Amino acid sequence: MTNEHEHTHGHDHDHDHDRTFQPDIEDSPFTHYQVMAEALGELLIDKGIFSADDLRRQIEHLDTRTPALGADVIARAWTDPDFKAKLMENVNEATESIGVDAGDIPIRAVENTPETHNVIVCTLCSCYPRGLLGPPPDWYKSRAYRSRTVREPRAILAEFGTNLSDDVEVRVHDSTADLRYIVLPMRPDGTDGMDAAELAKLVTRDCLIGVSLPDDPGGA
Amino acid sequence: MTGPRRVHDMGGQDAGPIETEGHVNEPWEKRMDAIRMLCGQRELLRTDEMRRNIEDLGPGVYTELGYYERWCAAISNVLLQKKVISVDELGRKMAEVEERWTKARKS
Amino acid sequence: MSERFSVGDRVRVRRAYPPGHVRAPYFTRGKVGEVQAIAGSYRNPEQLAYGITDAERLPLYRVIFRQSDLWSDYEGGPKDTTVVDFYENWLDPA
Repeated sequence: MTNEHEHTHGHDHDHDHDRTFQPDIEDSPFTHYQVMAEALGELLIDKGIFSADDLRRQIEHLDTRTPALGADVIARAWTDPDFKAKLMENVNEATESIGVDAGDIPIRAVENTPETHNVIVCTLCSCYPRGLLGPPPDWYKSRAYRSRTVREPRAILAEFGTNLSDDVEVRVHDSTADLRYIVLPMRPDGTDGMDAAELAKLVTRDCLIGVSLPDDPGGA
Repeated sequence: MTGPRRVHDMGGQDAGPIETEGHVNEPWEKRMDAIRMLCGQRELLRTDEMRRNIEDLGPGVYTELGYYERWCAAISNVLLQKKVISVDELGRKMAEVEERWTKARKS
Repeated sequence: MSERFSVGDRVRVRRAYPPGHVRAPYFTRGKVGEVQAIAGSYRNPEQLAYGITDAERLPLYRVIFRQSDLWSDYEGGPKDTTVVDFYENWLDPA
């Protein structure tokens, strides 16, 4: 059926900082939309809508939004009850209070408990808390994930190796409106002595989306 | 009463397994993301307008294009509709880019 | 902004199928859920999508549905749910 994946060129992508007006991979064919994307940028710069510098800085800023930021935020919430309370109220304000800019689009945290396991999807497009975590993984944007998660979340979770008892309420959140969601997972057992930096290493991007649980301490 | 399901509105449909292998965004995709943000900041593009244009690509095109290709098509359309850019300007610039890139490959 | 619904109200998603930009997913139309939270008010995306900048503000509701109410053949856990965010214009009392 449909391949929702982007074009993969089968090699590592280095940081091509200076090659603004060169195609990404000089030996492979370029596509109509790559040409359009390039032309759009150049045209908007020519017209003074923004400068080449604005564009470069915006790309650099986007590159700083990663799941590691989410991991730090979760680890802090696990170790600081006041911060956790702020986070549950409003993620953007809570992260701003620790010097992390999560952007203008409102993000809310949904908390996992022994009774409730949360998982996030956007069936209509692929809304995701990009302001904090950066771009979503390809699978999150795929037809398979967007179609099936609201319908058979446990089957989806099982594909990620996550199996929960029937006693637990699996709660799917379809991000249809202005809010974006991040899962606040439960702190794993056996982590009592660990500080926030160590705890952050257990928090994967997948557990912020809700398809996985955090890693176990001393695992792998 | 019932009605047709639009192609982008896919919650609940059958689909295949999740392919967890993905890719890191390529420079042109990051550039598209940045263009979206910069135009949004300058109130030339709203997320809702972009989404509407993506949805209106309709069945066939919606499924054939990649994720950022849909963004590129939609953002171009919004900017054309708002007269920020013209069809003629965009067409000429695209031809210029294509020629430049073709030459770069031959050299 | 006065809200039509309160937390705990049972609401039904309208059975309307307009063309154009809507954010009430197909799988929810005609379904009954419960207002779990009122998430503030935001400008109507159905207007914003068409370039109407002074779009009306609408309350946004987080509506929770039992999976067994959404899907007649749901095979997961008996307590499983889906929560969807709706602008007020898509909800009627149930």
